[in-house]
Amino acid sequence: MSKVRLLVGTRKGAFVLTADGKREQWSVDGPLFGGWELYHLKGSPADPNRLYASQSSGWFGQLLQRSNDGGKTWEPVGNKFVYDGVAGTHQWYDGTPHPWEFKRVWHIEPSLSDPDTVYAGVEDAALFRSSDGAQTWEELSGLRRHGSGPRWQPGAGGLCLHSIVLDPSSARIFIAISAAGAFRSDDAGKTWKPINQGLRSEQLPNPTAEVGHCVHHITMHRSRPGVLFMQKHWDVLRSDDAGESWREVSGNLPTDFGFAIDVHAHEPETIYVVPIKSDSEHYPPEGKLRVYRSRTGGNEWEPLTKGLPQQDCYVNVLRDAMAVDSLDSCGVYFGTTGGQVYGSADAGDSWAPIVRDLPAVLSVEAQTLP
Amino acid sequence: MIRVVLPPHLRTLAGVQGDVELAIEGAVTQRSVLDAIESRYPMLRGTIRDQITQQRRPFLRFFACTEDLSHESPDAPLPEAVVAGTEPFFIIGAIAGGERE
Repeated sequence: MSKVRLLVGTRKGAFVLTADGKREQWSVDGPLFGGWELYHLKGSPADPNRLYASQSSGWFGQLLQRSNDGGKTWEPVGNKFVYDGVAGTHQWYDGTPHPWEFKRVWHIEPSLSDPDTVYAGVEDAALFRSSDGAQTWEELSGLRRHGSGPRWQPGAGGLCLHSIVLDPSSARIFIAISAAGAFRSDDAGKTWKPINQGLRSEQLPNPTAEVGHCVHHITMHRSRPGVLFMQKHWDVLRSDDAGESWREVSGNLPTDFGFAIDVHAHEPETIYVVPIKSDSEHYPPEGKLRVYRSRTGGNEWEPLTKGLPQQDCYVNVLRDAMAVDSLDSCGVYFGTTGGQVYGSADAGDSWAPIVRDLPAVLSVEAQTLP
Repeated sequence: MIRVVLPPHLRTLAGVQGDVELAIEGAVTQRSVLDAIESRYPMLRGTIRDQITQQRRPFLRFFACTEDLSHESPDAPLPEAVVAGTEPFFIIGAIAGGERE
């Protein structure tokens, strides 16, 4: 029988949650790397036993961990992230030039075909690639150098490259940076261009500027690599032309602010978001934790509430803290800053907590195992 | 032998228990001690000092013989008692809460 493994990163360590295909009984293993921040863990699609984890702390900096046995054992690998050439400057919060400084790895994206090739999205925003199982890292500096880099400015969480989406049908890579926007490479990361046409951010002097948008997350269904979905600081958007243009699909959401967005494993027009109230409160409207599902690729949304707290709930769901499995009945999972991980084995119709009292959850990734 | 006391998280990372004992040829300085630690425990590279600039990480401190040596030159000789192995060289994590505690 198939099983599901969830890789959960928290403020104080990592946890591995496993269940069989029914997804009713879960085992909780951890904490791994207790006391460290685990911004993200992810398994290789080409070898599900190959896992990567981003481990960091304010005291000891950034580490990368690798497992070759599905998380039973781990080994530290390369943590030397050096910007290519003269790092240069981006804009600071006040608009003055500020030198690029490496702070941490926000997101790890293993190659779809090679377990030893893996990408890392870092703060201050840059994209790195390793082709030796994360032992050594090389910046794909065409991203920072394509022209708009000196105009990038950090969002509240820093100038972070947090989303990496690999096109399974080509050498195309999509990434997103807070608060610069979305970018695309058509040549495996050598050259890049901004893809923010159609984004509108009223907080900017020019609301439709080429860069400067606070994109929170982007996602794609593997069967349709030209269709992207985006949760922006405000607005949920989609693109049907690989990011050349975007249109808002927030529709009837109670608030179009949020962080996480994901796509159903088998229905490329079914998408999920967790609306969050405003850009400062960062908790669900009315104290009700609701996942919203659209079966029409946006605009028409239904609240999913069964099994989720519908009163006095004031947690957040961060950008990498939602995932889906690929079992026949698609499982959907998300973690909260209150330490709960919720799961649905029926595509969001009903939910149950898998675990309630973890440290604040930063990321959730799902692996569907044979 | 030079005795070095690591913070608990770095002991866990390096898989060591208790003090680390190092034999160092030549001048015993912060730099030579850290070089020796990183050579024996490569997983600690970048956790005590920046791998490029060699600057001490801001939330770590170096102590020995009741003195705070954090702002001494990395090439300054360490106290004689550290060189003789009668006093340890402490690497200490600041009790500062880190970020977003």
